[in-house]
Amino acid sequence: MTALATVTPTAATINRKWLAGGTLIAFGLLDILLFGLFSHKGDATFAFSISGAKVNVPNLNVAAGPTAYLLGALSVLIGIGRMTIIESPVLKRLSIGLVLFFFIISMLVWSDTGSWASGVPVNVVVLLQNTLTDSIPLILGALAGCMGERAGVINIAIEGQLLLGAFTAAVVASAVGVLWLGLVSGTLAGGLVGAMLALFAIRYFVDQIILGVVINLLISGLTGYLYDRLLVPDANTYNSAATYGPLKVPGLGDIPILGPILFDSTIFLYLTYAAIIAVQVGLFNTRWGLRVRAVGEHPTAADTVGIRVLWTRYRNLILGGMLAGIGGAYLTIGSVGTFSKDMSSGLGYIALAAMIFGRWTPLGGTGAALLFGFAEALQSFLGSISVPISPFILGMAPYVATIIAVAGLVGRVRAPAADGQPYVRA
Amino acid sequence: MTDDASGVPPEPEPAAGSGASTPEPASESVTAPAPATATGPPEGGGRQRLDRAVLDAIVHGSSTVVTTLAIILALVLGALIIAFSDTTVLHAWSRFFRHPGVAISAAWDAIAAAYSAMFEGAIFDPHTISAAFHGGSVGAIFYPLSETASQATPLVLTGLAVALAFRAGLFNIGAASQWIGGAIVATYLGFAVSLPIVIHAIVCLIGGFAGGAVMGWLVGLLKARTGAHEVIVTIMLNYVMYDFLSYLLGTPTALQLPHQANLTSPIIASSAQLPHVGGPPPQVGVGFLVALVAAAGMWWLLERSTVGFEFRTVGANPSAARTAGMSVPRTWILAMLLAGGLAGLSGAVTIQGTFYSLNFQSYGTYGIDGITVALLGRARPLGVVLAALLFGALSTGGTVMEAATSVPVDITEVIEGLIVLFVAAPLFIRAVFRLREARVGGLGAVAKGWNG
Repeated sequence: MTALATVTPTAATINRKWLAGGTLIAFGLLDILLFGLFSHKGDATFAFSISGAKVNVPNLNVAAGPTAYLLGALSVLIGIGRMTIIESPVLKRLSIGLVLFFFIISMLVWSDTGSWASGVPVNVVVLLQNTLTDSIPLILGALAGCMGERAGVINIAIEGQLLLGAFTAAVVASAVGVLWLGLVSGTLAGGLVGAMLALFAIRYFVDQIILGVVINLLISGLTGYLYDRLLVPDANTYNSAATYGPLKVPGLGDIPILGPILFDSTIFLYLTYAAIIAVQVGLFNTRWGLRVRAVGEHPTAADTVGIRVLWTRYRNLILGGMLAGIGGAYLTIGSVGTFSKDMSSGLGYIALAAMIFGRWTPLGGTGAALLFGFAEALQSFLGSISVPISPFILGMAPYVATIIAVAGLVGRVRAPAADGQPYVRA
Repeated sequence: MTDDASGVPPEPEPAAGSGASTPEPASESVTAPAPATATGPPEGGGRQRLDRAVLDAIVHGSSTVVTTLAIILALVLGALIIAFSDTTVLHAWSRFFRHPGVAISAAWDAIAAAYSAMFEGAIFDPHTISAAFHGGSVGAIFYPLSETASQATPLVLTGLAVALAFRAGLFNIGAASQWIGGAIVATYLGFAVSLPIVIHAIVCLIGGFAGGAVMGWLVGLLKARTGAHEVIVTIMLNYVMYDFLSYLLGTPTALQLPHQANLTSPIIASSAQLPHVGGPPPQVGVGFLVALVAAAGMWWLLERSTVGFEFRTVGANPSAARTAGMSVPRTWILAMLLAGGLAGLSGAVTIQGTFYSLNFQSYGTYGIDGITVALLGRARPLGVVLAALLFGALSTGGTVMEAATSVPVDITEVIEGLIVLFVAAPLFIRAVFRLREARVGGLGAVAKGWNG
């Protein structure tokens, strides 16, 4: 089998309970020792409205030191609880979430009371807005991964799908001058990479992990080549696309706090909502999804009852590729407008990690992607108030978190049983 | 080796080694059913693991014929890309029906210019011979080759790092992080410590090996103890180490060259630098010799030692290895440790032999290229050396080509990607070149094995 998280018989050698509890306690101690002992005088301010909002939500002030001590103590208690009494999976996940949340609050409180912040409040709305926009390519990439792997094909080529989507969208939107054509062609470009992955994995039995890595290299080289050859000499024609502006949903967009976060963004965010719902409902509540999962778990059985296994895999990979293509298009025509070399910069691999983190489910993958998006937004916020922590150290955090998660804090994950295995009718 | 994947631990095969020492007919019969075994075990193989399949894909993946055809096909596709991204050529082709000859010759000229510049930059430039007759330097004739060897040096080592892990059934995408681990230690020892001349260089090399080994060991440990898949862990470690390197290079108290805004380390002491030998040119860097020794060492380890036998057995069939009393987790940890060490050595050799200071230019793309090198070299030490030389030649030639013809050097990345894609897809190559299937029946066996 083996998908990306192998269950080995030797895995029981470490006592997961103590490891998980210990990690949670460590986070609590960090809250106390780092952000508590070194706390600054004064209150941290959290703002909940952006300028021009119809309803103004008052700011929230909290004292830095006591907050960190309190949250740290709570985290330690939760960690002790995780070692002793907490058994249900829901509570386990909740405990991780809470401890992480407390840690972030402590850090924000500490950062915002420092002399460097000069009284700038932590604007929660802006922070979460950025979280959502930063998450768009990650969510779509994770959904693309789900689509492939639920049908039994490992999709490591998400990175390539994002990159080619970004490239094609920018070039078409720029050269033709029609924005939606850029979006459509970026989507198709992602689908094309999906089709290539499908062809080599299904028809030519190439090992799927190797295939994904190689396709990513290939597309990085190809877009880099075309960038230097065509886009740089003639940037006005090929690399100066317009971008989609924000689109406020009437009514919903004016809800305090939630409105600007959820309903005042580019079309890409709304497409992402639609994609999440479509993939989640599609995979788990429709006949189509049942068939897809059957193909991913036991293709022979699926074949026996008349499901077309290979066709299902081709279709899912192409559709998934198109989703990632939209995510790629977001990178150019949804935000900056111009393509630059290797601009997906590993987002595809992070989306892959998000999908695994989210246990091969669309909603789980979305949650994990949001977490990564939040880490990114947090990093740029802390950078903007010039917190004296190296941005590189902050940048490591999501990757270290993924390693800890994959190493078992989140518990065992299981890939679809037939993930990664080509199917040939016996 | 390990043709007998049917749940039995494979016999040690003395001569199967790097493929070089295998008699021709035998080698043909081993590699002939390639597409079948490439994707799955023979029947009765029990539940199959992907790692095992990866190994199969590498070890049985392709005969020499398929590899050669893959290279040719990739070069042809690369040529088409070069021709049809050239504005002159496109212009000529827009009038194809009026002047077909002009269109074709324009395309041919673009391709010939690019590829001959690449060849002259990487292997041999005819002008240097005539120049030598007219009082020029004889050494210049060999300059392209020594550049190629120098480019290939880090690739050999990262390629070996990926290949060694492959043979133990692990996919090491983390050569980049291990490279950084090794380069950090080697660079630090290089500029912060003063030692006598030869000893200093050796200490740095050992430090580089150790730095990479720690990174690899971590991956093996996590896999053995918690079951965390090495692919995800190594991908994440690549980012972690990249950020860590940025941090170190941006912190004057750590690795940054003092009074400098750029992310770069000080230049290492001359006693730590690896010299060139055999001069006057043609000369070859000591780093290249280190890489060759490492390749020979890996061959010995895999084919002649007990540890290597355990590696190959675990790689071929972990269950059988366990039944035979081998410790699978210990093997994983040791294999990743050694693989990381090789990648770390690559970092040390790059710094000590080529760039002399650590920054993102010296970091390059050796880690990720190690994967392609290992795949093309079919995870054999000799194959890795040859593949690294080919890719070294491509990148040396590519740089010269970019200067001479304004074709961007990125085309070499495309060609490399295509080569590896085709090598990994022998069935595709057979389909394109209409090769007769060696044993069609093999496919049935694949199906059973995958789903058994």
